[in-house]
Amino acid sequence: MNTQIINGRVINPANQLDAQVDVFIRDDIIIAIGEQPVDFVADNTIDATGLIVCPGLVDLNARLREPGQEHTATIETETRAAVAGGITSLCIPPDTDPVIDTAAVVELIEDRAKKSARAMVYTVGALTQKLQGDLLTEMAALTAAGCIGFSNGLSPIKNSLILRRAMEYAASLNLKIFINAADPWLYQGCAHEGAVSARLGLDGIPETAETIAISRDLLLIEQTGVNAHFHNLSCGKSVELIKQAQQQGLNVTADVSAHHLHLSEHDIGNYDSLSHVMPPLRSIRDREQLQQGLRDGVISAISSHHQPLDNDAKLGPFADTTPGISGLETLLPLTMKLVEDDELSLSQAIASLTNQPAAILGIEAGQLKVGAQADICIIDPNAHNECQPAQFISAGKNSPFANWLFNSQVRHTLFKGNSVFS
Amino acid sequence: MTNNQLTENGHLRHFLTIEGLKRPLLTEIMDRAEQFSSISHQQVKKVPLLRGKTIVNLFFENSTRTRTTFELAAKRLSADVINLNISTSATSKGESLLDTLHNLEAMHSDMFVVRHAQSGAAEFIAQHVAPHVSVINAGDGCHAHPTQAMLDMFTIRRHKQHFPDLCVAIVGDILHSRVARSQIQALAILGVGEIRIIGPQTLLPAHSDALGVHVYHDMEAGLKNVDVIITLRLQQERMQGALLPSAREYFQCYGLTDDKLKIAKPDAIVMHPGPINRGVEIASSVADGPQSVILEQVTHGIAIRMAVMSMALGSQAELEGQL
Repeated sequence: MNTQIINGRVINPANQLDAQVDVFIRDDIIIAIGEQPVDFVADNTIDATGLIVCPGLVDLNARLREPGQEHTATIETETRAAVAGGITSLCIPPDTDPVIDTAAVVELIEDRAKKSARAMVYTVGALTQKLQGDLLTEMAALTAAGCIGFSNGLSPIKNSLILRRAMEYAASLNLKIFINAADPWLYQGCAHEGAVSARLGLDGIPETAETIAISRDLLLIEQTGVNAHFHNLSCGKSVELIKQAQQQGLNVTADVSAHHLHLSEHDIGNYDSLSHVMPPLRSIRDREQLQQGLRDGVISAISSHHQPLDNDAKLGPFADTTPGISGLETLLPLTMKLVEDDELSLSQAIASLTNQPAAILGIEAGQLKVGAQADICIIDPNAHNECQPAQFISAGKNSPFANWLFNSQVRHTLFKGNSVFS
Repeated sequence: MTNNQLTENGHLRHFLTIEGLKRPLLTEIMDRAEQFSSISHQQVKKVPLLRGKTIVNLFFENSTRTRTTFELAAKRLSADVINLNISTSATSKGESLLDTLHNLEAMHSDMFVVRHAQSGAAEFIAQHVAPHVSVINAGDGCHAHPTQAMLDMFTIRRHKQHFPDLCVAIVGDILHSRVARSQIQALAILGVGEIRIIGPQTLLPAHSDALGVHVYHDMEAGLKNVDVIITLRLQQERMQGALLPSAREYFQCYGLTDDKLKIAKPDAIVMHPGPINRGVEIASSVADGPQSVILEQVTHGIAIRMAVMSMALGSQAELEGQL
């Protein structure tokens, strides 16, 4: 089947393309950008007049709740939500139930993802068995089964010796590791340790809970030479630490969640459990430093850190509620909002959702080029709609962005040349 | 931030926190308590203001004194009182907390007096109760204990002339204290000249400046020229988690002794929300001494709680009038 996308503003940050050109797709492959190939007869035409045509988005971290918590969400529901948000590739962290620490679990997830066939689902394997921080997983076998990297999810490895061994082992197999930096002893509480937690009487998590862990991990990364990525930075000082490491030539990258770029501790207001998230929303200054880190290129990806939850999980006194935000469907509009607010250039914004996260993962995605798989996101930058979490396709309606005005909206998503959302 | 504890006319509908309330309302609570405190001296200690109303004391955390004074206050207003002590373990999930509430609502209660171990619990309950139910916060986690703060303000007002001239020092575990947070807010709203908090860094919030107070780690410096000293109870479990080395060392550094009391103004009053750990945060000779008003605080607790209950249920009548 031949599809053409005409009259759109095509943005492909990987080669700085930003022009009104047409895109021609045969089956699942882009066969031309610009001139129509001579033998091309379109079966299907998408008129993208006034719209932005960019690579399908790549999300570094999204929990789909399957296997283990299918009552909350499934691969089926969440990949539908992903493509509604323009995301065509996403990574599942290993903290499913069972944990992704055997090839069988990887195969199970990939099987189910293939059946839903809406987006490419990548698995990140566990760095230690059952994420317990004691014994290494069979990283070579997991890689052969399809894992694209390794992480200990939200369970920090307390024992520095085990972490060092895990890094050394991963480094010798040339595998990437993903880190959610958290000092397990300081990381106790439910809100940023600051003015708001002092006022509301909530247990505070100091910024050192993150910076101490990053500092330790960076020293071990330097020693072991492992290729590492830090997820979900929340503090300005963390950005500073990563920047120094990058300047020293360390092979480290970092991402930030879309919500940490927009919200701060003040959004907890009067115990709003929808703003209960880990790492916690920090000060306005931290938020500005995260945005600056993105502009400077220290942070190279924006991720959803999607955590769908059922309503009961958010019903209760703040500390008793489950942290997490359903983020797949707000990733793009929130990122575009930074462009509208002049915090980020359009090409930086798209790059931090497409080719840059793809480069972190080392996957062939996030680019519009001849010969590439036709994963494409078409955005209306003048949509003006109010965010209504109740209308989310995701099974998780837990979003603090209700009634926010979003100017950008995904109009079409193509995955392997097929229209998966429109 | 919306203040959902007030009606459209600015009257008390719930009483969840001192924060956001205006000085005239705090004064009204104290004036009303002044009227009620005379009732305790009458032969028949009852008024029929809340006859036919059902008040549920919903205590998810143990308490004897607070619950008893709430119960007495309700009974002196002629309300029917039910006491429910619910162990927190049975309702650790928000869902079942809500279920408990809706069941009690279905029994046509008019007011919940709530104590809960989590900060924000009273606010959460107030957001989810039926419109005809008032919620009084009897202490939520480390957040607020507004009736305790008001009885303390009432006690101060009985002894001191003019709030703006006062210097008040709160000593001890501010970090975990809902009482201190509410006191600081009430003192600020009433225009107290200077509010000090005194304690080691481990027992003070990391961003105390956000509370609008002066911070002292040295008790002797902090007590200079003080008119009111409020000592807080030190929970014995604070030795765990390395917040303090020992009760003995705490008493040496931050216990209120006769010698330290002399540093404050000669007519300074000594307060404590109770129950007292003698020899930990306060010496017996001070607790029982002439400057102590600790037992008065307990007595005033009844009048303040009568005032708040009658005001909140009075606004209910106002709401019904609108319907």
